[in-house]
Amino acid sequence: MSDQEPLLQVSHLHVTFKTHGGRVSAVRGVDFSVNRGETLAIVGESGCGKSVTSLSVMGLLPASGKITQGSIRFDHQELTRLTKKQMRRIRGVDLSMIFQDPMTSLNPTLSIGSQMTEGLVHQNKVPRSEARKRAVDMLKLVGIPNPQERMKEFPHQFSGGMRQRIVIAMALICQPKLIIADEPTTALDVTIQAQILELFGRIQRETGVAMIMITHDLGIVAKIADRIAVMYAGEIVETGNKRDIFYHSRHPYTKALLDSIVRIDLPSDELHPIEGAPPDLFSPPAGCAFSDRCPFAMEVCDHVQPPTTWLDLHHRAACWLLDKRAQAVREAVEK
Amino acid sequence: MAKYILKRFLEMLLTIWVIATLTFVLMHAIPGSPFNTSNGKSINAVAMKNLEAHYHLDQPLPVQYLIYLKSIITFNYGPSIRQPTQTVNDLIGQGFPVSFELGMWTLIVAIISGIALGVVAALKHNGIIDYLAMTIAVLGISIPNFVLATLLIQEFAVNLVWFPVGTWQGVSYMVLPVIALATGPMAIIARLTRSSMLEILNQDYIRVAEAKGLSPVLIVFKHALRNALLPVVTVVGTLAAGILTGTFVIEKIFAIPGMGKYFVDSINSRDYPVIMGTTVFYSTILIILLFLVDIIYGWLDPRINLH
Repeated sequence: MSDQEPLLQVSHLHVTFKTHGGRVSAVRGVDFSVNRGETLAIVGESGCGKSVTSLSVMGLLPASGKITQGSIRFDHQELTRLTKKQMRRIRGVDLSMIFQDPMTSLNPTLSIGSQMTEGLVHQNKVPRSEARKRAVDMLKLVGIPNPQERMKEFPHQFSGGMRQRIVIAMALICQPKLIIADEPTTALDVTIQAQILELFGRIQRETGVAMIMITHDLGIVAKIADRIAVMYAGEIVETGNKRDIFYHSRHPYTKALLDSIVRIDLPSDELHPIEGAPPDLFSPPAGCAFSDRCPFAMEVCDHVQPPTTWLDLHHRAACWLLDKRAQAVREAVEK
Repeated sequence: MAKYILKRFLEMLLTIWVIATLTFVLMHAIPGSPFNTSNGKSINAVAMKNLEAHYHLDQPLPVQYLIYLKSIITFNYGPSIRQPTQTVNDLIGQGFPVSFELGMWTLIVAIISGIALGVVAALKHNGIIDYLAMTIAVLGISIPNFVLATLLIQEFAVNLVWFPVGTWQGVSYMVLPVIALATGPMAIIARLTRSSMLEILNQDYIRVAEAKGLSPVLIVFKHALRNALLPVVTVVGTLAAGILTGTFVIEKIFAIPGMGKYFVDSINSRDYPVIMGTTVFYSTILIILLFLVDIIYGWLDPRINLH
């Protein structure tokens, strides 16, 4: 494709939530892009704003949440400026989402067939018989045996893994340009997880759909992501391709995250958690959000937000250690 | 399914037998007799003997019990003791259609307005409409229907003269008693629908439906309402039995010739055949309604397996 513009370009996105306790800045200036056919993984711990970011792209923020700044460009359109109705025409046509828990993602009182086809019938105005045919094909693609008969069945008649396959088929049926998968394997056991990830890979090869994979599991990231964005406390602290992040990570948070992975191939019983807790986003810190937990924090980190440093064309990180003036510290740290 | 219905039918028979037996025991446990007079005059002893013999009241209780069981099985309870010109079947035949008509309209009004109020309140959660709807609901639950009935008569029948005061002769006669009777159940249904709807609207599959780009109308009616109505159906089943049969107070206030009057009067006057007849009739209706609720459940929720 000769399209110069990325499929999705999110810039300076800020999202705040109104709660009883006050305003929470859940997303604080997020920048990322997804190219056609590519998989971007957004990684981070619970509450870092990765789900909120994806809901903002979908236009599905709850009523208490609001995009206060920034832009979301998708397929040559500015999504933040669309009306609810216009946004609905993009959802389920060019943009799909897969949610975390397949056990609750399907309506228990409607048949699989009805849930599979309704998007096509009501959104894309496909005739019902044609929609059913496509649903059967999709179920076959995701590996549901006897799709024709099983269309009549209800969610409780399927296992967790099968349900997630159905949810994936449902997200694919309208042939979207981008699928956002919010922790699609977290609720599944590991063998099923592996199957589902394989399925994602196969689907991407066959359909060329772009994907945003939201996860806290670096194992998944290593398996399917092209590029990775590491989020912490509502900000993206480091972005790069797989090699950049896994082998040449430059942000202390990314490094700590990688260190915390339990390795079964190394003879050690020790766990390496990241000490401390993320900052309170009711009153976000003035400086770097990670400085409290960072073993290399300098004076400046507590007071001034670190600028983004481009390490090469695709790899960037926001950390004071990457500043020219911190070279001495950086060298000491690297030793 | 046929097997399930047969099983339920046998259970119903058993339940009715238990109810009939309990009623018989209670009926004879309370002091008094149908021939006690309120004006202090006593009936001549020979006449009393003849009367008792006529209604089999001179027989030992076990024999009377068998006679009652037989009357239940044959649906023939014989004449009323207090109104000997009418059989119990006549009384039910006259009173029930009226009570049923009142009850059906009440149910329709209560269910439709209750669900509508509940859904709107849930969709506008914490908004003005929500608070308004719930205020109406709280008032509806806390004001007894006989108080509401009196107020309605005072305002709409006496002051404004929009509707007639009482009796049962057509649509305009139904409006006030139906409102008086429907407000309480409507309030209960509205509150239940609202809380159930709020819970369902938070479910993941609603988010999934939104992600498919479905319209809000489709999401509410196809995805949310059906699930939200499950608990409502349970409550409506039991409410319905009460409304269709036990509207004694409202029938009395509006002078409606329904069944409630006979039911209450029969107990006061120890009119044994009428007590037995109406009780068994009421319980049969209640049991059939509960059965219907179970059937509707199976239709609403495919996870419920009726076997």
